Amino acid sequence: MNRTLAASTTLSSPQGDRVGGLPATIFLLLALVPFAAGFGPESYVLGLFTRVMVFAIAALALDFICGYGGLVSFGHAAFVGSGAYAVGILGAHGITDMLVSLPTALLASAIFAYLTGNVCLRTRSVYFIMITLAFGQMAYFIAGSLAPYGGDDGLTIRLRSTLFGFPILQNDRTFYYFVLLALLAVYLLFRAIVYSRFGRVFRGARENPTRMSALGFDVFRFQRVGYVIAGAVGGLSGFFLANATEFVSPAYMSWQRSGELIIMILLGGLGTLHGAIIGAAAYLLIEEALGGITEQWKLIFGPLLVLIVLFARGGLLGLADKIRGKLGRA
Amino acid sequence: MSTGLVVVQILNGLQFGVLLFLIAAGLTLVFGVMDFINLAHGVQYMLGAYLAVAFYALTGNFLVALVLALAAALVFGLLLEFLIFRHLYDRDHLEQVIATFGIIIFLNQAVKTVWGAAPLTLPIPEFFSGSIVLMPGLLYPVWRLVIIGSGLAIGLLLYILVGHTRVGMLVRAGATNARMVSALGVDIHRLFMIVFGFGTMLAAFAGAMIAPILSVEPGMGDTVLILAFVVIVIGGIGSMRGAFLAALLIGLVDTLGRSFAIDILRLVMPPSPARTVGPAIASMLIYVLMALVLYFRPSGLFPARGRG
Repeated sequence: MNRTLAASTTLSSPQGDRVGGLPATIFLLLALVPFAAGFGPESYVLGLFTRVMVFAIAALALDFICGYGGLVSFGHAAFVGSGAYAVGILGAHGITDMLVSLPTALLASAIFAYLTGNVCLRTRSVYFIMITLAFGQMAYFIAGSLAPYGGDDGLTIRLRSTLFGFPILQNDRTFYYFVLLALLAVYLLFRAIVYSRFGRVFRGARENPTRMSALGFDVFRFQRVGYVIAGAVGGLSGFFLANATEFVSPAYMSWQRSGELIIMILLGGLGTLHGAIIGAAAYLLIEEALGGITEQWKLIFGPLLVLIVLFARGGLLGLADKIRGKLGRA
Repeated sequence: MSTGLVVVQILNGLQFGVLLFLIAAGLTLVFGVMDFINLAHGVQYMLGAYLAVAFYALTGNFLVALVLALAAALVFGLLLEFLIFRHLYDRDHLEQVIATFGIIIFLNQAVKTVWGAAPLTLPIPEFFSGSIVLMPGLLYPVWRLVIIGSGLAIGLLLYILVGHTRVGMLVRAGATNARMVSALGVDIHRLFMIVFGFGTMLAAFAGAMIAPILSVEPGMGDTVLILAFVVIVIGGIGSMRGAFLAALLIGLVDTLGRSFAIDILRLVMPPSPARTVGPAIASMLIYVLMALVLYFRPSGLFPARGRG
């Protein structure tokens, strides 16, 4: 089953350490969005693209464990949710400073990832998918039972996170650049990890865990570290999600949300990192655009997903490569 | 917690378990034999319920509506197989997940467009409406017993079909090693079609049978789908016996948990926190069970021989 996964992962190219043209273009475009937004409905456009970047952060983390580690997590939304709930719960007690809430969000998700990873990483393939789903569902139901923090109805956040008491995230534009900076940092972090010695072992464990163990690596521990990193970054996404929506609810952890994240990374192209950003943008923008055309947008969106799978292997990036290849030959 | 209540809840749990089995049976076969993750299996169940409602409105006879709904669901399922699934069998699991997720999104919206978002109802067939006395002072609806009975009958039928017929032998062989079966000269694609069509009908049957006691609404297949996956993973993928036992186990654990979690918790904690924690624990119970099973038996309780 790893045939297509391997095909879409062309990362072993030696020029890997350089940040390519496409990722640079993506970040440049994202940096220009607020200027373009000035010509239109500014807060709407800023809100939409902030959302895109927030999901891109979570998708990057998922692409890291899934595309490079071969660990298909169907419970990734739980990490995002725990990060969001850290912000919400602290906020409900009047603690809004991000010097507290940001580390708490990261730590909460990392601990959750560590605890569940100990169990999940003992299983393989489909069983791994299902057991991560199980833990995701557990987190979902725990969140729904937090009666003091809104239970099933969720919890409104009265104040976006502050820094030393200053409400720096209150301005949409500042918030946007803050998220963009975080996205860039996460992207560069994963890039560095993927090409590091740790990353090579992590990737090797996907290709052939038996051989990696035979080489003397404790595969389980490497995968656990990767899983915890992905969890913490998921928490970072949750921190921003809570601030962007000024609301947290158990729905953030639903299995549908985890499914959407998987679709995002597949849409962009698995195991490419910047594909995760493209996928998140494509998913949310298509959703938004179709939603603008008709209320029945799902009638178009569903078949679109089927068509992408049938005709665009390797996601949008794969499709672009194919088109480029055809043009090059002509 | 009277004995009567416990008996009723055990019966409810059995009924739920039988329902899950009908859905999981098709899922585990399709998954086991074709190595194909069909998320759209849940919407087949939903479609069965909607079709039963639609045909009942046309004919006014439950049995006729049931037969027509099964036939229509079969045709639709085979159409999906022919148009889409066939091209996905040798693809990656993840690609199968996306494509079938797309079908879920489409069909959930489609039934909303055709039949409206409001829940529909289907009357219980007159002959089976009403309740019977199980014990003095203990009534139980007949229709639920009919569901349990028909589910067990289908379980028996599947046991004979899969365990003691030639096609069943091929299906079992396919679940262990599909490529080898194909190499031995069996038309594996025809086998896939049969298995797939049969699984579709079972899911639609479950939907049609449950329609009289559950509201028929868009998205009703999603929850059941996840539970059916839990069932086949606990039972061991590709194992019919595992699916049957795991379905009953999940049905009982979930139903009894929901009914008695608060009462049990009240033995160890004050009533007020028990009321808030209880429902959460009850909802989580089956996932905890799945995590435990997978921790100790990473391939489920009854893995099909020759598989991981």
